[in-house]
Amino acid sequence: MRSFLAVLTVLAAIVAIWYAACVPMNIKGVLDAAERGGAEVMPATSKVRRDMGTFGLVAGNTFAIAQTWEQDRPRLPAPHQVITELWKTTVMKKVTSKRSLVYHAQVTLNATLLGFVIGTGLGILLAVGIVHSKVMDMSVMPWAIVSQTIPIIALAPMIIVVLYSIGVQGILPKAIISAYLSFFPVVVGMVKGLRSPDAMQLDLLKTYSANTNQGFWKLRLPSSMPYLFTSLKIGIAASLLGAIVGELPTGAVSGLGARLLAGSYYGQTVQIWSALFAAAILAGLLVALLGMIEKLVLKRMGMAS
Amino acid sequence: MNTQTTTQAQAQSGAPEAVVEAKNLDLVFPTNDGPVQALKDVNLTINKGDFVSFIGPSGCGKTTFLRVMAALEHPTGGTITVNGMSPDEARKQRAYGYVFQAAGLYPWRTIAKNIKLPLEIMGYSKAEQDKRVEQVLELVELAGFGGKYPWQLSGGMQQRASIARALAFDADILLMDEPFGALDEIVRDHLNEQLLKLWARTNKTIGFVTHSIPEAVYLSTKIVVMSPRPGRITDVIESTLPRERPLDIRDSQEFIDIAHRVREGLRAGHGDDE
Repeated sequence: MRSFLAVLTVLAAIVAIWYAACVPMNIKGVLDAAERGGAEVMPATSKVRRDMGTFGLVAGNTFAIAQTWEQDRPRLPAPHQVITELWKTTVMKKVTSKRSLVYHAQVTLNATLLGFVIGTGLGILLAVGIVHSKVMDMSVMPWAIVSQTIPIIALAPMIIVVLYSIGVQGILPKAIISAYLSFFPVVVGMVKGLRSPDAMQLDLLKTYSANTNQGFWKLRLPSSMPYLFTSLKIGIAASLLGAIVGELPTGAVSGLGARLLAGSYYGQTVQIWSALFAAAILAGLLVALLGMIEKLVLKRMGMAS
Repeated sequence: MNTQTTTQAQAQSGAPEAVVEAKNLDLVFPTNDGPVQALKDVNLTINKGDFVSFIGPSGCGKTTFLRVMAALEHPTGGTITVNGMSPDEARKQRAYGYVFQAAGLYPWRTIAKNIKLPLEIMGYSKAEQDKRVEQVLELVELAGFGGKYPWQLSGGMQQRASIARALAFDADILLMDEPFGALDEIVRDHLNEQLLKLWARTNKTIGFVTHSIPEAVYLSTKIVVMSPRPGRITDVIESTLPRERPLDIRDSQEFIDIAHRVREGLRAGHGDDE
């Protein structure tokens, strides 16, 4: 109960800071609009106001504070504006509508899940290779690390162009970008997991003259499960990020990334923020879902911590 | 029962069958601080049906010697045979079961499935696996616990399950590396008693590493006292205690005398580097 209160307090503080930030961020826009509407503002012309500090403007025009939370296209939308937009574009819209965030989220989700499956599969395969072959360890691991140092935003358009030139379009390019981001945590986690059995466990198998295959299926793979799930939770979030980034350079018309892009074209900040929140909520749900599966599996395996 | 008494009689009649023979055994580990002589000029014969304890301070090579017998380490000099073969060949013949200090049961397997692990690896049939699990659970007095998971068992019971796992494929030699080292005194007494019973029933040859003098004296027919830097044997004591040993034998004068000799041996070995 006490921790619940603490969590609520932190949440309230974040919301309060957000509302407070909206005032200086949006005051110029509000005052410009008010001036056009014939209201009395201090100072009276936008030219003078442009060179003034925002806090000075707020102090001189306290009447405008409430309006900084109600603009159509604020620089920074207020929390309730984002929530209202989220509500309007999810619950109030048919999911088949092009304006429904559920529709866009589902488009992105498809690419995310496909990318996640590809990335996880590739990651596990690479990890198995790395654990069993010194050559692979030395040749693959450095490249895997280097691959993650390249900004995905720079790489994504190239991946799409290259794939387009060989005739691959649609969901697959997005999924590949998503896989590109998600395979790495799986490789790292699985390598650690497959190597987690201690010397005693390995010696025990040796006394049975067990071969590598048996050691893998009976000991290494089951031992790696806690590590795998930790990686999967990072991987799925990375997959979603990849899918969204994959939607940006194509000028896609659907998907959360497309929604972000469209919002920024038309200065629809509320739309951008609600798409951002939709992405965050989706990522949260995916991670939570994996967390639940993790709990179930590890409990069944007697490995719950 | 018959075969057991005959082998025992054989062992006592002075024509014992050597199971392990080590001659001038050396083992040097290369380390960053230069080579470490883990075993130096070790000569030892273990006969069939012996219960041999290895005792000594840490670094004396007692565990290393056990691991050499099990082909987990390979000597850099001298020879060792197990059942007349090299340790590697003996392992392939399933000559020994090994019990570590930690039970090391797989948490995702039930006790029965844990005991089946070596049987699965060695390719026993399903029916044979079930039969053997029943048998060894009986031997370690865990009958009825096959369906439990390791976390449902106490530390002592887990260690008994790990002994059952080592017994499952019916190796003649049981190698135990401080198997009760992590357990408290009362549980340890109980397990020692059980282990002696199990040894009497199965007539296995047992190699047992310990750092407890009473444990070594209580269990063994032969006590090997070792000392460190370099790891070597300083004394081999043939126990005069009868094979049948109730717990209160530890209060007898004979027991105290043997324990005294072990302590003397340990002290002598220790004096060298001081």
